Amino acid sequence: MIVVDKVVKRYSTRKGKNTVLDGVSFRVRKGEKIGILGRNGTGKSTLIRLLGGIEKPDSGHIKRSMSVSWPLASTGGFQGSLTGMDNLRFICRLYGVSTEDKIPFVEEFSELGSYLREPVKTYSSGMKGRLAFALSMAIEFDCYLIDEAMSAGDARFREKCSYELLDKRSDRSIILVSHEPKQMRSFCNVFYVLKNGQLSRFEEADSAYAFYQESVHN
Amino acid sequence: MKAFSPLLSSLAVQRRVIGALLMREIITRYGRHNIGFLWLFVEPALFTALITLIWHYMKVSRVSSIPITAFAITGYSSLLLWRNIVRRGQSAVSANNAVLYHRNVNTLDIFISRTIIEIAGVASSFVFLSIIFNYIGWMKPPEDLLKVVFAFIMLSWFGASLGLIIGSLSERFEVFGRLWRAMSYLLMILSGLAYLVEWLPPAGQKFVLLFPMVHGLELLRDGYFGSGFTAHYDLFYMSICCLCLMLLGLLLVNYSGRRIEPE
Repeated sequence: MIVVDKVVKRYSTRKGKNTVLDGVSFRVRKGEKIGILGRNGTGKSTLIRLLGGIEKPDSGHIKRSMSVSWPLASTGGFQGSLTGMDNLRFICRLYGVSTEDKIPFVEEFSELGSYLREPVKTYSSGMKGRLAFALSMAIEFDCYLIDEAMSAGDARFREKCSYELLDKRSDRSIILVSHEPKQMRSFCNVFYVLKNGQLSRFEEADSAYAFYQESVHN
Repeated sequence: MKAFSPLLSSLAVQRRVIGALLMREIITRYGRHNIGFLWLFVEPALFTALITLIWHYMKVSRVSSIPITAFAITGYSSLLLWRNIVRRGQSAVSANNAVLYHRNVNTLDIFISRTIIEIAGVASSFVFLSIIFNYIGWMKPPEDLLKVVFAFIMLSWFGASLGLIIGSLSERFEVFGRLWRAMSYLLMILSGLAYLVEWLPPAGQKFVLLFPMVHGLELLRDGYFGSGFTAHYDLFYMSICCLCLMLLGLLLVNYSGRRIEPE
């Protein structure tokens, strides 16, 4: 389980402090698929980074009692001069698993072919997205954090992602943030909308979407 | 035993993280084309060898009583040691923002891995050049190997601590990076690269001995050709300096570490 308790996050800007998250609380239970909707700039990625433990909240707590992945974004955060394979090796070393076992999966899933052994700077954004997804699926976590990651690939790739995440790993949790509700509907069973630094919970996609639309037009 | 296991497991994680970063740094920095990671020591070796050759042929009259090759190689290696660590520390965090996406990687790990690489590079080129110059008869083997090793450790300690400070400060304040460039030239001149402390007048000796790296270099030279001159160093003073610098560095890294927002 992940417990998020009254988390506040502020960033300094030239005009003073900007409160991005203002007392956000929620829980993620094992196996829950959570979708967080929000407009651009409402703090979705901030929330994901806090969940991933990359940044610390200014106040409040986040307790993780299950293993949580790094935030998976479509751009991936790769070093351009490293090859896809180098990145795989790095990740495997970092998380203490054998690289050799993971090579077939990553080769198959990323569909990069010989490009897996070329520097990442030669990749298209779609290729980077596929590599990023393949790498995070190579390491097993109880909970996967996904930041609009699947928007990069085409329909077939999204189907593969869905198979890996929902079918093969149906017992795991997912936290998916997006401004695009379509995908969320098929992936998630709990919905939140992030608006003015607050999270609102919805059991149904439609009501979440209605609330989100309202926030878009305001 | 149970009380130790969280500490042990987090130590294991840190070792793994630093290992992974080391491999990554070596590949990104030197690539896998031509001689690849051998650049790690060829780079400082070329630099030191060039300077040593120039000095060897110039044969500056003043230093005729001491072995000029050993004088140059010790001076330049010690300079490269702390200067390279600091230089690599300055871009350490910004160049590695992507790896900070992983919770178990922290800023200090990045500094540690870069420092290890620099120390390894300078140390191996130092050893390599010493062997070559020994072989061709330009310099003698060190008189006291233990002193040489110890001096290298002390200078590395100094470099690593300075790297933490300068690295985190220039990450935080851009202007600091520029200031450091000017400062490093000054420190280079003061570092003992081109003089022995005994050549200076008493007031000058007192002044240069305020700088910790001068003590390290004097020890290094004492280990090499100590019978040819009177070395001036105070390892207690140097240790205290390094300890203070290291603590300050760790504080700064800790303070700035969480301010960095990946991408």
